[in-house]
Amino acid sequence: MKLLTANFLTCAVKGCRAAASSYPLHFKDAELELQEVDFQPEFIHNIIPRIDWEGLRVMANELGFPKIPDSKPEGDALNDEQTMRDLHRLLLETHVVEGRLCCGNCGHEYMIKEGIANFLLPSHLGKTKNSIVEIQVYADGFAL
Amino acid sequence: MLPTPCTAHVPFDTIYEPAEDSYLFLDTLSSASETAWLTQHFSPTTPSPTILEVGSGSGVVLAFLVANSPTILGRADVLSLATDLNRTACLATRETVVKAIAAQQNTDPTTNTSPSTTDTDTNRAGPAAQAQESPSAVKSTHLSTLQSNLASSFKAGSIDILLFNPPYVPTDAVPRAPTATDFVPPESRSEQFERESYLLSLTYAGGKDGMEITERLLADLPRVLSPRGVGYVLLCAQNRPREVAERIRGWREGVDGATGWCAEIAGFSGVKAGWEKLVILRVWRECIREE
Repeated sequence: MKLLTANFLTCAVKGCRAAASSYPLHFKDAELELQEVDFQPEFIHNIIPRIDWEGLRVMANELGFPKIPDSKPEGDALNDEQTMRDLHRLLLETHVVEGRLCCGNCGHEYMIKEGIANFLLPSHLGKTKNSIVEIQVYADGFAL
Repeated sequence: MLPTPCTAHVPFDTIYEPAEDSYLFLDTLSSASETAWLTQHFSPTTPSPTILEVGSGSGVVLAFLVANSPTILGRADVLSLATDLNRTACLATRETVVKAIAAQQNTDPTTNTSPSTTDTDTNRAGPAAQAQESPSAVKSTHLSTLQSNLASSFKAGSIDILLFNPPYVPTDAVPRAPTATDFVPPESRSEQFERESYLLSLTYAGGKDGMEITERLLADLPRVLSPRGVGYVLLCAQNRPREVAERIRGWREGVDGATGWCAEIAGFSGVKAGWEKLVILRVWRECIREE
């Protein structure tokens, strides 16, 4: 599972959809693996406008990656080789093999095994409002 | 004809084996009309498209589109994603997509030796790589396969191309969603048989009119598709595809319903007495009135 995936994910619990804190999900105990691929600056240029920059910045910081620019690189910044190489490593080369993705709103943890994240919800977490209230109570005691 | 991705590694005891509907998907996506539409819609100057196959099974449809993206979309810089309820299918899809990209987009001449398309070696180029000159070194990338219910784990507006070959067979009921206990090793042969039958039922059982699962996905399309997003959904005759298309054309969004939705038949097979046996609908947004 490439790290970039998290930029497109959110908590699968319906009650979390409207909550700002359900995005981005936070990696916990992530075991990372580097799989080198050719440096493709053109691909990075085309991915940048497709991603949620704030979500990427939060993820990179939490995982201890070199700091990425505060705002989306544009114009000349796209020619800065070091920035592009850092992004290349972050977006295309880094995989999460084991670990968890956690929702900042409800506290639910999605397990990642052999690079496959499990987003199936236990039946009690499905649809009813009551179950979501219970989860939020649980989340209050959950330190992110 | 573009090469079909290799699925020799896929265990078909719990995963849907590519069949007529899967191949209709491949033929439709690579048809001259669809390729022209997609290449124009996702012009190379726009951001890299995200491609999600929902319920990807063996991964053959996703792998076909992604590995052949230079031909079908006119660009290789695509981000591939998949979901399936069955963990084994998730593993299979990842392998199918990664292998197909390696086979068809390998531009390194030193490894460009074997012309076979059924070989399972990952570090090998298929015939397409030789026939097709790659405009740049960009290679498509598979981001991940998630064990997930439809597209529920994706955030709003995150998907540009969504593919869905649903469980469309009319059945009395739809099976329950699997849990972790459905994937621990079975203790007896009878348990194993029951398990495999159950997991296979997820691939075809569509409930009332065969539409229960498809309806859930259709209802989520306006949320998960980006403004430029397009969905391809397969329907069989019992699903009443023309009525479904008509219904989608009635969707309205935005202030005073300024944005409408389009649905067109992008491909079909097996016409009998004027009715197509299988149909693939292309569903996308269109601005009705300029602001």
